[in-house]
Amino acid sequence: MTAKTLPLTSVIPGMTARIVDIRGGYGFQKKLHMMGLVNGKKLRVVSVQPLRGPVTVEVNGRQVTLGRGMAGKVLVEVIR
Amino acid sequence: MGNPNVGKSVVFSRLTGANVIASNYPGTTVDFSKGKMRLDGEKVEIIDAPGTYSLEPTNKAEEVALKMFEEADVVINVVDATNLERNLYLTLQLLERDKPVIIALNLWDETKHLGIYIDEKKLEELLDVPAVPTVAITGEGIKKLVSRIKEAKSPEHIKPTSDEARWIEIGSIIKKVERIEHRHHTLVDRIADATIKPLTGIPFAIVIIFASFWIVRLIGESLINFIFDPFFNLWYKPVMVELSNLLGSGFLHDIIIGQLINGDIDFMQSMGLLTTGLYVPIGMVLPYIIAFYFTLSILEDSGYLPRLATVVDNVFHKLGMHGHGIVPVFLGLGCNVPGALATRTLETRKQRFISATLLAIAVPCMAQTAMIFGALGTYGMQYIVMVFLTLGVLYVVMGLILNKTVKGESPEIFLEIPPYHRPSLRAVTKKTWMRVRWFLSDAIPFLFFGVFIVNVLYVAGVLQWLGRVLSPVTQALFGLPGSASVALIMGFLRKDLAVGVLLPLDLTPLQMVIAVTMLTVYFPCVATFAVLIKELGIKDMLKATVIMIATAVVVGAVLKVILLGV
Ligand SMILES: Nc1nc2c(ncn2[C@@H]2O[C@H](COP(=O)(O)OP(=O)(O)OP(=O)(O)O)[C@@H](O)[C@H]2O)c(=O)[nH]1
Ligand SMILES: [Mg+2]
Repeated sequence: MTAKTLPLTSVIPGMTARIVDIRGGYGFQKKLHMMGLVNGKKLRVVSVQPLRGPVTVEVNGRQVTLGRGMAGKVLVEVIR
Repeated sequence: MGNPNVGKSVVFSRLTGANVIASNYPGTTVDFSKGKMRLDGEKVEIIDAPGTYSLEPTNKAEEVALKMFEEADVVINVVDATNLERNLYLTLQLLERDKPVIIALNLWDETKHLGIYIDEKKLEELLDVPAVPTVAITGEGIKKLVSRIKEAKSPEHIKPTSDEARWIEIGSIIKKVERIEHRHHTLVDRIADATIKPLTGIPFAIVIIFASFWIVRLIGESLINFIFDPFFNLWYKPVMVELSNLLGSGFLHDIIIGQLINGDIDFMQSMGLLTTGLYVPIGMVLPYIIAFYFTLSILEDSGYLPRLATVVDNVFHKLGMHGHGIVPVFLGLGCNVPGALATRTLETRKQRFISATLLAIAVPCMAQTAMIFGALGTYGMQYIVMVFLTLGVLYVVMGLILNKTVKGESPEIFLEIPPYHRPSLRAVTKKTWMRVRWFLSDAIPFLFFGVFIVNVLYVAGVLQWLGRVLSPVTQALFGLPGSASVALIMGFLRKDLAVGVLLPLDLTPLQMVIAVTMLTVYFPCVATFAVLIKELGIKDMLKATVIMIATAVVVGAVLKVILLGV
């Protein structure tokens, strides 16, 4: 069974997911890479702020906050 | 050089003995500092640069970092050993250029209890440059780092390449040198997460902010009641009274002691160099400066600020900035100058313009806060709350307006959240002292200058004349006597001095609220003004100035209608 792909913004906080695709230009991709957000990476969603606030995720044992728009361009599949 | 928040500034302090501010959040250093150290009997210059993730800058602070890189003869690349993978990206970029590099694997102490094991020998071999484990806060490994600086080199085998190739290279290096033991989510991690999750994080943020203010007041008032006031009243005042008698009356007396109020020296109102000029900065502002910076240092070093930035991001985004905009506000509450510099970590001109303008309008520095308390304290707490409430509303309303009207982009937040640390009392005390010293050496000359100017203008009759001429305007627009405008002129030099002009006017509490609020809003002090010109450029600063003055006039007029009902 293949897991469903969904944007990072729809992942419930506390869940772990794997990055399948990062949509966006070269600069954007590069920016995310810099924080360890690369295709195939496992991440844990720590929090999603209300009122279209940012999403905080943990990758490589480090946390990073990214704006809602950016998070929407990161497609993931939920692991658990 | 290195990524943000990896301990570069602490390493710099260790190497040079010079003190620079270090805090547990990315973007502490926004400008370079230079220092000197001895290397094999020779004096060499060391530069502390702002942090950057790559050699392609995304904000002003990173531009400074790139410029420093180009100036340097040797690069000490400080690397966060607990986050090697990401840090190696910049390292590879540095190694691709032909500048000699040496690596400091900093935060080495943290790797152990995170279950990270790094084979530094192997890393050295793979990269072909020296790599020295260091713990900058204790000084461990710094000697070794220094002794190996001369071995720094630019390896032949690392050539400029594509992004992708770099990440592949990093992957293969990591595989060879690093082993990570799986770590379970501990209770501490869970508590840390609770401070960023909205349900718990928002109440937590409110508690922290109120607690901080309460602590600042508690420490500040205790210092005043137990140390500063006794000193000034019991010890300093008799000396001044003696001096006053000695000088008799005349110009010299007016300048040094000032005017006697009901036949006595009044430290707030006399306006002499050695009375008000000394009392305002030392007796009134300094205690709160100490209290504020002590509390701020704890907040900074704990690592809470980036979490707060995350929690408040949605609000700041509506104001045309993003969550990191909270940092200039916090720093600005101490002094607007470092606050203005901190706007450099925002990415676009629009964000920086909004952040700086709002800072100047609605964020009172400690001197302003002391003025607000000094002018209204005797009338009651509710009036002080009124002023702060007005400023808070102004910050939001002006932010909403500027976001709509200022052209340009406001990109979203993208911020690394560092792990929590327990602030060390030594580091906090040292940092507080550094900032207090800065306040003393910077503020006092301005105060003396301000007092001097006021006295000269007073003796020449200029101030009285100005008060008369402006009276119809201030009366009609703001319900204030004309001489209140003198306070506005004073406030240009130092806001805290203006209180000495306002107190003798016998204003009603509500009039005082209007005067004090306008005084805070209409213009930053000269020092901040100078920094803002540099940060924003003359053209934008002119725009900001127009906005500030217009805001002050509108606010004054609106408050008059609301508070005085006329
Ligand atoms: N445990 C530990 N903490 C360290 C070490 N070195 C620095 N720190 C702490 O790490 C935090 C960041 O240090 P800074 O020197 O401000 O970092 P920086 O690289 O200058 O940061 P930016 O100026 O923001 O780029 C501070 O809270 C330091 O006390 C270390 O070796 N071990
Ligand atoms: Mg620094």
